[in-house]
Amino acid sequence: MTVPLQSVLHPAGPDAAIISQFAWVLFGGGALIFALVMTLVALGMGKQTRAVRPMRWIVGAGVAFPVAVLSVLLAWSTWRSGQLTAQSAQSAQSSQLPLVVSVSAKMWWWEVRYRDPAGGPDIVSANEIHIPVGRAVYVGLNSADVIHSLWVPALNGKMDAVPGRVTGLTLHADKAGIYRGQCAEYCGEQHARMALHVVAQPSHEYEAWFARQRQPAALPTDAFLLRGRQAFIDQRCSACHTIRGVAGADDQSRPGPDLTHVGGRAHIAAGTLRTHRGTLAGWIADPHSIKPGVRMPAAAGMDGEALRALATWLESLE
Amino acid sequence: MTDCPNLLPSSLPRPPGELEQLEAAWKTPTGWRFLSSVNNTNIGLLYIGTSLLFFLLAGVLGLLMRMQLAVPENTFLSASTYNQVFTMHGTVMMFLFAIPVVEAIAVYLLPNMLGARDLPFPRLSAYAFWAYAIGGLAFFCTLFVGLAPDGGWFMYPPLTGKAYSPGLNADFWLLGIGFIEISAIAGAIELIVGILFTRAPGMTLAKMPVYAWAMLIVGVMIVFAFPAIIAGTALLELERAYDWPFFIADRGGDPILWQHLFWFFGHPEVYIIFLPAAGMVSTMIPTIAGTPLVGRRAIIVALVAVGFFSFALWAHHMFTAGLGVMKMSFVSAASMAVAVPTAIQVFAWIATMWRGKMQATAPTLFLLGFMFIFVLGGLTGVMVAVLPFDWQVHDTYFIVAHLHYVLIGGMLFPVFAALYYWIPLIDGNRLSESWARWVFGLMFGGFNLAFFPMHITGLLGMPRRVYTYAPDLGWNLLNMLSTVGAFIFAAGVLLFVVDAVRTFRKAGKAVGNPWNASTLEWLPSEDYGNRSIAHITSDDPLWEQPALAQQVVAGQHYLPGTVTGRRETIATSPVAALPRYLLVLPGDSWWPLIAAAGTAGFFLLLTVKATIAAWICGVVAIVGIIAWLWQSDRPPPTTQAQVADQLTLPVGAVGSASHSWWATMIMLVVDATIFASFVFAHIHVSMRLTVCPPPGAAQAMPLWPLLSSGLLVAGSALVALARRAVGRAALPWLMIAAMLCLLAAFGCGFNGQRLAGLDPTANAWSATVATLLAYQGLHVVGMVMIGTYLCARAWCGHVTERSGATLDNTALMWHYTSLQGIAAAAAVYLVPWVMA
Repeated sequence: MTVPLQSVLHPAGPDAAIISQFAWVLFGGGALIFALVMTLVALGMGKQTRAVRPMRWIVGAGVAFPVAVLSVLLAWSTWRSGQLTAQSAQSAQSSQLPLVVSVSAKMWWWEVRYRDPAGGPDIVSANEIHIPVGRAVYVGLNSADVIHSLWVPALNGKMDAVPGRVTGLTLHADKAGIYRGQCAEYCGEQHARMALHVVAQPSHEYEAWFARQRQPAALPTDAFLLRGRQAFIDQRCSACHTIRGVAGADDQSRPGPDLTHVGGRAHIAAGTLRTHRGTLAGWIADPHSIKPGVRMPAAAGMDGEALRALATWLESLE
Repeated sequence: MTDCPNLLPSSLPRPPGELEQLEAAWKTPTGWRFLSSVNNTNIGLLYIGTSLLFFLLAGVLGLLMRMQLAVPENTFLSASTYNQVFTMHGTVMMFLFAIPVVEAIAVYLLPNMLGARDLPFPRLSAYAFWAYAIGGLAFFCTLFVGLAPDGGWFMYPPLTGKAYSPGLNADFWLLGIGFIEISAIAGAIELIVGILFTRAPGMTLAKMPVYAWAMLIVGVMIVFAFPAIIAGTALLELERAYDWPFFIADRGGDPILWQHLFWFFGHPEVYIIFLPAAGMVSTMIPTIAGTPLVGRRAIIVALVAVGFFSFALWAHHMFTAGLGVMKMSFVSAASMAVAVPTAIQVFAWIATMWRGKMQATAPTLFLLGFMFIFVLGGLTGVMVAVLPFDWQVHDTYFIVAHLHYVLIGGMLFPVFAALYYWIPLIDGNRLSESWARWVFGLMFGGFNLAFFPMHITGLLGMPRRVYTYAPDLGWNLLNMLSTVGAFIFAAGVLLFVVDAVRTFRKAGKAVGNPWNASTLEWLPSEDYGNRSIAHITSDDPLWEQPALAQQVVAGQHYLPGTVTGRRETIATSPVAALPRYLLVLPGDSWWPLIAAAGTAGFFLLLTVKATIAAWICGVVAIVGIIAWLWQSDRPPPTTQAQVADQLTLPVGAVGSASHSWWATMIMLVVDATIFASFVFAHIHVSMRLTVCPPPGAAQAMPLWPLLSSGLLVAGSALVALARRAVGRAALPWLMIAAMLCLLAAFGCGFNGQRLAGLDPTANAWSATVATLLAYQGLHVVGMVMIGTYLCARAWCGHVTERSGATLDNTALMWHYTSLQGIAAAAAVYLVPWVMA
C-alpha cells in the first residue's frame, strides 16, 4: 500500500513531524505506565494477602509518581511545542515572508484565494491548495456559514474556521507530494464529503503553476469545446460559478467554486470525484446523486451532447 | 455507645402492633396503583430500569452506525439518517442513560446505605423520574418520524441555528434536554439534603461511606454545572424561535459563546458520570477483598479535588478554536494535573486488593475490566491534554476511542459490577455467576476490539461524525474490526439482559449479606427500610458492630415504629449526625405523575406548535403541583416524638433547620448560577464589541433601573414584615402589596428598556440585555403565582408558627428575586463602564 495520504504518523513537514514524534513518545510512555499499573493489578489478584504501607501507595504512587511524570511531560512538551511554527499572522511576518493564502470554508467546499504578488486581484480557486516545498505558508481561515475545521494531518494540526472570527494555520511541506485533508468539525449533511488536497511542488513548478492560474480561461478553437463553453453561458452557470474570461470576473463573491482552472484540479466536489469529463458530466447532471443535500441544482433540460461538450470544455480548463 | 443490650436506644420487648403500624404506613400499593408509589426503593428501581432501557436503545443506534461504517461508501443509511442516528446515540447515552443511571442507583441505594428510611423529598423524586421517563421516551420517538436532532450531541451553532437547521429537530433536542435538567437538578437537591441531614445517628461525615461522599460531591457539581447548559439551551431556543442573535456573527453574536456555556457544563458532566462509579468501586473492592479501603481519607480528598478542578478544564474541548495558546496552555497543564487525584484513587484500590484477597466473582470481573479500560482511557486523556497532539487528534476517531474508554470503562463496567453486586438486594436472587463469565468476556473482548483500533483510525486521518469514507485511505480493515467488536459487545449485553429476566422471574428469597459487606444497605430491609434506624459507631458498621443486623430487626435502635402513623425518618445534624428532629415524609400520590405528564406534554406540544393542547397540559401540571404542595407544610399531629427510650425529638422543624429551607437554598444557588451564565453571555458579547453599547442600541436612563431597584427593596421589606405577621390577617395583604411592588419594579425596568428602544433582534448585545430582563420577568411571574398560593394558604389558616415552610421558602425566593433584579440592572450598567 502506498504511504497513507492523510495520516498523522506519516508527516511531510516539520510541524507534523514534531507532532508525530509527540504521538510516539506519548504512546510509548503511556504503554509503559499502563503495563506497570496492570502488573500491579494482576499481582493484587494473587492468592495471598500482603501488608501494605498506605503512604507508599497514596503519596508515592498516587501523588509523587504522576506529579513527576506529568512535570517532565509538561516541560518537554512545552519546549518542543515552542519549535512549532507559530500559528498567528503576527508571528508569520518574519523576514522569510511566508506566503499568505485565504481559505473560506463553506458547506461543503473550500474557497481558496491567493494574493497576487503583482498586485492584481486575488486568484480564486477551490478545494486544492498549492504550496511551494520548503516554505511556510500561512493560511488565513474563516467561515461563510457554520463552523468547519481545516485539517491536513500530514502537514499540521487542525484549526477551526468560525464565523465572525479569523483564525490561521501554517502549512509547511518539506517534500513534494499531494496531501489529503478533510473538514474536521461536523458541519451538516455532507460533512463527510468535504475533503481538500494540498499540492506541494518544487519552487519552479509552483511558480509555473501560479503563472498559469493568473491567466483567464482561453477561448477554445475546437468547435466541440466552443459548444461546451456556450452551454456554460446558456445554462446560466455563472450565477454561481466564476470563470475568468467567460463570465463573472467582477470580483463579486459567488456561492459556488471558481471554475477558471477546474480541469487542472485533481478532484471535484471537494475531493469526492477525480476530475475527468465523465465525472464532470455526472456531477452536472445530478449532483444530489453523489452528494445529497448539496446546494447545486441538477441540470435542467440539457441534452446529452451539450452536457458532454460542457464537461469536455471544463476538463480542458487546466 | 457499645453493643451492651441495655445501652441500645430502644429496649425490648417492643409494643404489640408497632411493627404492623410501620408496615401499614409504608406499604407499597399493588397492581397498577404501583405507579403512584413514591418510595425511593420503587422509584429507584423504575429509574434504573428506564435508564438501562435507554442504554439498550442508544446501543442499537450505535450498532446501526457501525453497520454503516463497516465498509467504505456504504449505503445502509443515508447521510441525513446517519446524522440523526449519531446525534441521538450521543444525546441519549449522555443525557438519558449516563446521568440518570448514576442518579437512579443513588436514589435506590443511598437512603439504605445512610440508614435512612427514604429520601427527604419522595414526591419530588417521583416527579423527576416521571418527567424524565415520559419526556425521554417521547424524545426518542422523534427518530421514528424523521424529526430527531442531527446537529451532534453538543449541537454547535450556527449549524443548529434556524438558518442551517430550519426544522423542528433541533428544537426537540433543546426542549427534550430540559427534562433531563429538571430531573438531574431535583436529584441533586435530594442527594445533598439527604446526605447532609438524614444520615443515621452517629454516622459522622468522617464515617460516612465513600460512595455517599462521591454522591455529595456530585450533587454539588450538578448544582454548578447544569445551569450553564440550561442557560445555553435557553439562549439557542430564543435565537431559533425569536431571532435573538446570540450566536450569529453578523449581528454581534459569537458561536464560541455556545461552546463556553456547553463545555462549562460538559466537562464537569463527565466527572458527574465517573465519580459515582468511583464511589461504587470504593465500596465493592474492600468488600470483595475482605479488608477496609486503603487510603479512605485520601480518596475522599481526591474526590473533592476532582470535583473542584473539573470546573477549570472546559476549554480543553476547544483547543482548536483559536482561543490563544497562552490561555490554552494553562488549561492543558490543569488537564494533566487532574490525573493526580485519579491516580490516588487507582493506587488506593490496587493497594486494597494487595492487602486483601480478591475473590474472582462476577463483580470482580467487571472491576478488573474497569481498571484495564479506564486506566487506558485516562492515559489517552493525558495524551490529548498535550496541545499539539490534540491539534491533530481533536474531532477524530482517536477522541471517539478515548471517550468510550473513559465512559464505558469508567462508568459502564462499574455499573455492571454494581448490578451483579447489588441485585441480590432486590429479592435475594443473584444473577448467574457462570453466565457472568460469558457476559464479561463478550463485553470486554468486544469493547476492546471495537474501540482500540479507533485510536489508529483517528491517527490515520478519519474525522468524527462522518457517514462514510473513501476506500483508499487505509481505514477499511480498522472499521470492519470495530464493527465486529461492537456486535460482540452487544452480544454480551444481550446475554446479560436474558440472565436478568430469568433471574427476576424466580421467586424471592432472603437477602442476607452474600458478599459479607460492611455497609448499611445490607441490613435487613422492607418497604420501610430498616425496622429501626441504626446507631452507628464506625465506618464499616456491619464488620465492627456484628450484632447490628439482629438488633435493628428487633427494633432496638431508633424509631422502631411510626410516631404519627405516617412515614418518618430522623433528621440529623450535617457533620456529627446528632438526631435533631423527626422528619415526617409524604406518602404515595398520583400528583407527581400527573404533574410530570403535564410538564412533559406542555414542552413537547409547544415544540410541535400545538399551542392549545400545550397550555392544557401546562394547566394540568400546575394544578397537579398545587394539589401536591397543598397537602404539605401542615402542623404535625404531635409536637414531640419519642424515638428511643431516652430520646424525644421535636416533630418537624421551622426556619433554617427545616429540610425544605435547605432545598430552597440549593435551588436558589442553581438559579443564581443560571443568572450568572446569562451575565457571562452578556459580558462575552460585550467584550467583542469595540463600541459598547453597539450603534443603534442604548442604555436605559438611570432613573428606571434605580426606581426598579427601589421597588424591589420595598417589596422585600414587605415580605420580611409578612414573615412577622404569621397567623394575623395582615399577612395576605402584605403579600399582595409586595406583589404589586414586584410588578411595578419589573414594569419600571421594562419601561426603561422600551424607552431606550431595546430591540433584541438587532444585535447580540441587545439580545443579552433582553435575556436578563426576561429572566427577571420569569421570576416575577413565578413569584406572583407563589405569592398568590401563599395568600390562599394564609386565608385557609394553613400558615401558622408550626407550618411556616411555605412562608419561609417564599421569603427566600422573594429576596433572591429582588437581589437578582438589582444585579441584572447593575450588570447591564456597569459592564460598559468597566470595559471603558
